[in-house]
Amino acid sequence: MKNIRNFSIIAHIDHGKSTLADRLIQFTGVCNERNFQDQLLDNMDIERERGITIKSNAISLPYRAKDGNEYMLNLIDTPGHVDFSYEVSRSLASCEGVLLLIDAAQGVQAQTLANLYLAMEHNLEIIPVINKIDLPSADIERVLEEIESELGLDPDTHIKCSAKEGTGIEEVLEAVVQRIPPPRGDISNPLAALIFDAKYDSFRGTIIHCRVFEGSVKAGDIIRFMSNNATYKVEEVGYFQLTRVKLDKLSSGDVGYIIAGVKTVADVRTGDTITLQNKPCQQSLPGFKEVKPVVFASIYPIASDDYQDLADSLEKYKLNDASFIYEKDSSAALGQGFRCGFLGLLHLDIVQERLEREFGLSIILSVPSVRYRFTLEDGKVIYVDNPTHYPDPAEIDKGEEPYIRATMMLPERYLGSVMKLCMEKRGVNSNMNYTGPGRVELSYEMPLAEVIFDFYDRFKSVTQGYGSFDYDIIDYRESNLVLMDILVNGEKVDALSQIVHRERARARALIACDRLKDEIPRQMFKIAIQGAIGGEIIARSTISAFRKDVTAKCYGGDITRKRKLLEKQKAGKKRMKMIGSVSIPQSAFLAVLKSDND
Amino acid sequence: MHTKSAGLYIHVPFCLSKCRYCSFYSITSVELMDEFVKTVVREMAFYKDIFPSFDSLYFGGGTPSLLTTGQVKTLLDAAQKYFDIRPRAEITTEVNPGDVSLEYFQSLRRVGVNRLNIGVQSFDDSLLKFLGRRHTAKQAIESIETARNAGFKNLGFDLIYAVHGQNVKTWRQTLKKALSFSPEHLSCYQLSLDCKTPLYKQYKQDGLELPSEKEALDFFISTSMILTEAGYIHYEVSNFARTRKFESRHNRKYWNHEPYLGLGPAAHSFFGNRRWWNKANVKTYLKDIGSGKKPVARSEQLSNDELALESLFLGMRTADGVNLESLKKLYGLDLLAVKKRIIGTLIDHQLVILKNNRLCPTLEGMALADSLALI
Repeated sequence: MKNIRNFSIIAHIDHGKSTLADRLIQFTGVCNERNFQDQLLDNMDIERERGITIKSNAISLPYRAKDGNEYMLNLIDTPGHVDFSYEVSRSLASCEGVLLLIDAAQGVQAQTLANLYLAMEHNLEIIPVINKIDLPSADIERVLEEIESELGLDPDTHIKCSAKEGTGIEEVLEAVVQRIPPPRGDISNPLAALIFDAKYDSFRGTIIHCRVFEGSVKAGDIIRFMSNNATYKVEEVGYFQLTRVKLDKLSSGDVGYIIAGVKTVADVRTGDTITLQNKPCQQSLPGFKEVKPVVFASIYPIASDDYQDLADSLEKYKLNDASFIYEKDSSAALGQGFRCGFLGLLHLDIVQERLEREFGLSIILSVPSVRYRFTLEDGKVIYVDNPTHYPDPAEIDKGEEPYIRATMMLPERYLGSVMKLCMEKRGVNSNMNYTGPGRVELSYEMPLAEVIFDFYDRFKSVTQGYGSFDYDIIDYRESNLVLMDILVNGEKVDALSQIVHRERARARALIACDRLKDEIPRQMFKIAIQGAIGGEIIARSTISAFRKDVTAKCYGGDITRKRKLLEKQKAGKKRMKMIGSVSIPQSAFLAVLKSDND
Repeated sequence: MHTKSAGLYIHVPFCLSKCRYCSFYSITSVELMDEFVKTVVREMAFYKDIFPSFDSLYFGGGTPSLLTTGQVKTLLDAAQKYFDIRPRAEITTEVNPGDVSLEYFQSLRRVGVNRLNIGVQSFDDSLLKFLGRRHTAKQAIESIETARNAGFKNLGFDLIYAVHGQNVKTWRQTLKKALSFSPEHLSCYQLSLDCKTPLYKQYKQDGLELPSEKEALDFFISTSMILTEAGYIHYEVSNFARTRKFESRHNRKYWNHEPYLGLGPAAHSFFGNRRWWNKANVKTYLKDIGSGKKPVARSEQLSNDELALESLFLGMRTADGVNLESLKKLYGLDLLAVKKRIIGTLIDHQLVILKNNRLCPTLEGMALADSLALI
């Protein structure tokens, strides 16, 4: 165990994380230079084709150091979106140290800092690595200065390298060996393994990625997930190189995988602790959070014929996204679809993009909503996250919305604007403390509904990317809620309805009417857009009709050309949804989500 | 297959000078005119037994009035030889006011031309210059008078509006002047600028503005109102006739989705579910036919959906609209059933009317013919 090192590479985007990882893989001979590209690329094609996962986000690199000893360096990749901070934190929790990669030309950037904060939270050993020293615009002196002033780290601890040219790689590996502490743990203790990821393989089922802290696990053992006491029989354990490598057992300090007949990734919770059924550990490893979807939206196919394709794609997508849930739903305006739950708006964005790009679907999303709680006059308590299920206002005794406690870390200079932003979002009970020179930790209680409406984008904007943001749901609080509807030429478009705080209703309605006016193309007749609460119109906008489009001449030679032009336009129209007689593009539905100040 | 008579079109791709807005194919040398005429005769042979009959013949171009009467006769005789040209067929030739003489017009009548379409465009000399026309307003008026003197009882003029420098008021004057000659037919076109033309380039260079949607609509509506008030039938977006009899029988083929054969470089044809068109090059045209092959550039076979779309967009350009029963019978498109909702809305907004199983655009609807076809 003393020859194991568990580490991760963290960096601002495009500072060379993948290239460095590749170099480490090549240098340690896990794959030789010649067939490196081929191997990796082949694998990715196969992955896609056969739906199996070969490339893991963890890889074990055997390394013979200068001191003559053999080490096993376990590199755990942190997922792309630092915004999925929980997943990132569980990956970091599996490490003892990180390489903080900084571009020699660009220097310390927003994500460099945000990632550093995260690493510090986990008390990880931090090795600053200056990459891309080969660039003519590299300014190492300046970067060293930034390491000291912006990051508060000792600049003398830095390593220089060029992942592209392959220089400094050995220094990096030596630093990992020398400076990152070996894992601590006792192989004779009861098994305690931290799950940091799970992937679906169509041949083997769910592959659990884990870091063993205490004890050991082997094929034949009965393991138990401590969050829900589910038990499974282990089929195989091993570690990752370019493919999975079977082992007799995984022991404390190791990073690897467990295959145990777990049917779906949804059965595996990131951050959960795995222990042995017949010799369980006393306490689970710290930091486990049950991630629950907090934002809900309905997805519809633009063409109702594509419904089955959408259903199939959602099923395929869910295989590798445990936090995504969905069930059947329907809308008067948009037909048959699915009601889906997401971890946040970013998650929603990702799902939407994957569905469109990978599965080639044309879809429309309804306006997303959080889950509200209503107590009715007869005492019944209901949860509503779908505006179409909004209860009869006459029957509502009280309405409540979920509140979160947001924790933000940011450089002091942005404090004022961030506080202003939080107050705008109905934030209360703020708390502030200085965690370091010029660094502030700020917390606020805010309604989740305000936060999901692009609070995060605005937060990033006012902190110029240097702020980090995380939140926890705390409780439900009473709120004056109303149902805001949108009507297009007198017809209610249920997919655009929103449950809002009464004080926000008019503003939301105005934004919706405004955005729709920009997004809906002019048509042969005037289009009246209205926002309403109950029967009362609280906002409106009008799109004037266009009145001339015809070309003057249409003789024998013009007909083919004109037909082709119309066919093209017709295809464009097909991507729009007809609500009554009005053609509404998908972008219009999306635009209604964007908040003020865009 | 169609039992209706088709239209025969002959494209005469020669001009003395190119008008600055024109995007039709032509060359500015008449050297090859003679060979061209002989070659068109040979092209006719290719299509001898395809079309059942023709009841309209149209010389377009280019400048058909550059043909000598002898050449016109050659072509008409050949057409009679290879095809079944119905008696009392409408035989039109386009005329440039710069090519006018009484003798020419009389001889045209003698060889069988019974309709003239005169490219007047405007009665304003500065506008004619701007457009790059090679005649003056005086010549235009003379050509009209000469045509009447030669005995032509079926005359049409072309006029252009929304040209830079024109407004509805000055256009009104143009229309009044045109009406004073009581033409049987009038074509009033909004100026459209193909990006390859010198006029387009000038507009861009000099920063000249195209009319706004409102201005264009204004021109369109006032033209219709002035001419209908004067007793003309506004039967197609840009075309007006004194009575139904004087509608352009030949052009009607295009809008009624009926068959036509086009001879000469760049000419288009339509028969059954096929369209084809000739290469837009005189030399290649002569060479191809010279070596015994058709000068066809491309052809396409149309599906029912494509034919239905054509029927619809062509129908929405004409006051008579489209026959819903035919759409259903010929192409399987039951418009009323699948588009009931939107048709209802269009009727409410007075853009179309339903009459005798036909869907017809109103005047406002005609201005939106393209969008109507996209429902």
